[in-house]
Amino acid sequence: MTGRWRAIAAALGGALLLLPLALPQFYLLLATEILIMGLFAMAFNLLLGYAGMVSFGHAAFYGVGAYTCGLLLKKADAPFVVAFVGAPVVAAAAALVFGCLCIRLTRIYFSMLTLAFSQIVWAIAFKWYSLTGGDNGLIGIPVPAALAGPRALYVFTAVIVALVAGMLWRLVHAPFGRALLAVRENAERAEAVGLHVRRVQLAVFVVSGAVSGLAGALFALFSRGAFPDYAFWTKSAEVLIMTLLGGPSVFLGPALGAAILIVLNSVVTSFTEYWPVILGAILLALIYVFPGGVTRLVRLPGTVARAAPDAR
Amino acid sequence: MFLFLIASGLTLIFGVLGVLNFAHGSLYMLGAYLSFTIASRFVGASSATFWIALVLGSLGVALAGALIEMAFLRPVYRRDELEQLLVTYALVLVIGDLVKLVWGADNRSVSRPAILAGAVDIGGRDFPTYNLVVLLLGPLVAVALWLLLSRTQFGRLIRAAASDREMVGVVGADVGKLFTGVFMLGAWLGGLGGGLAAPVGAIYPGMDVEVIAESFIVVVVGGMGSLTGTLLGALLIGQLNAFGILFFPRFALVFVYVLMVVVLVTRPWGLLGKPLAR
Repeated sequence: MTGRWRAIAAALGGALLLLPLALPQFYLLLATEILIMGLFAMAFNLLLGYAGMVSFGHAAFYGVGAYTCGLLLKKADAPFVVAFVGAPVVAAAAALVFGCLCIRLTRIYFSMLTLAFSQIVWAIAFKWYSLTGGDNGLIGIPVPAALAGPRALYVFTAVIVALVAGMLWRLVHAPFGRALLAVRENAERAEAVGLHVRRVQLAVFVVSGAVSGLAGALFALFSRGAFPDYAFWTKSAEVLIMTLLGGPSVFLGPALGAAILIVLNSVVTSFTEYWPVILGAILLALIYVFPGGVTRLVRLPGTVARAAPDAR
Repeated sequence: MFLFLIASGLTLIFGVLGVLNFAHGSLYMLGAYLSFTIASRFVGASSATFWIALVLGSLGVALAGALIEMAFLRPVYRRDELEQLLVTYALVLVIGDLVKLVWGADNRSVSRPAILAGAVDIGGRDFPTYNLVVLLLGPLVAVALWLLLSRTQFGRLIRAAASDREMVGVVGADVGKLFTGVFMLGAWLGGLGGGLAAPVGAIYPGMDVEVIAESFIVVVVGGMGSLTGTLLGALLIGQLNAFGILFFPRFALVFVYVLMVVVLVTRPWGLLGKPLAR
């Protein structure tokens, strides 16, 4: 993209981010949620779309981020900055530990191990009543007065998400992003040309975990609570669906998927409780009718991250 | 032992079809609900109704399994694992809601068959008769499955398809029908597990996602695709759960997942499984 196009894109993006401020509160909250889940989905897609690693336990880092932020604020009375920055740091540490073990496995075994780790996080959150509040969740997280209103929190979220998304964009377009694609396409060849495959995979795992933790922390602020569900495997499935719905081959695809899913959810649940069956139908349509996600339906110029279409 | 029944179906399907079936928990739930409905239709009759309900219910699940396989799985065998996974996950969502639609969101329960309602005194402690019978039923099913796999034509075909499905097709077997049969068998085992578990705990929407996580552990620990491994895994997890609850009531759940992690890290293919050649 040339400089002028980049400026236009930035202006459009900025306008889009400011738009919800003019809308009624219901839509503002919806938009906040979309931004947070969009960030989570983009973090997840760093692994799925760019590195070709199917994590089935990404909720672990989301949950760790949410609980870290919540616990530091509520139980440790930590300053907001410490709690908010602490969340991605702790999530990254968790990702480093889990990642060291996970990246040694491939394919289905990798997925299974990530699932196992996330279930451990979930089980701890679910059972450690004295610390996490168990299945009641951690409720009443104190949010600083400056962020208490939905508008303020939206602006804060939008700024953080835009900044981090920008960083991720830089990352995947840097040599590191190229290295990821190389590892995804052919790990052996990548190794042969001098890439340290495991190190690249671990690095992306940690970055993805940290950003997921950040998303978790934002959501903890948004809902003023942290619940075991955040780390349950169905949450991992949710982010996977968002990513695939939007399309993993486009940088903003996962965020778009998150937006579609959240908006649909809010529309559908307003007149029926049977949202899962609709979600299931969407998923089946995704697989049989438009594999590759909605971004595959329209070719977006300049946003294609993959050099070649996937080998399906 | 319920866990073994469910997990053996799961491992069978994975071993032959190569599909990690998330919907297996849903089939289990379906089995529980179907037996509940059939049993409650004949209220007041003898305890035979329980067994009739169990048989009919599990067969119903097998039938549902066959339909699912033909309608949803058949088109995706050639796609990648992720998409197969998603299909089965979509089925989890759909079946979960259908169950809620048909049976409502309340907890249901099935009474134990009258003959087995009592308790047996073993070494000075009372054990519910029903649990003992189920305990014996597990190995029985295991042996029956083993006989089926090792002694019959169908079993030979299944094992052949597990190691090389294309070759089985080349030598003239109808792989499509075989896969449907295997999925049916797996679904039947899941439904049977659900039907048998029904009198022990409550039946509720949401039991599907809980049980599938546990059966995954069993299958992963035992070795994906290995039947004896699954039996071993079910026993191990059962023991670990029981002792865990005895000594560390809070963190029994954590131990089980830790075991899964340890197995995956040290022997990714499971205790009795074989490493994938690929």
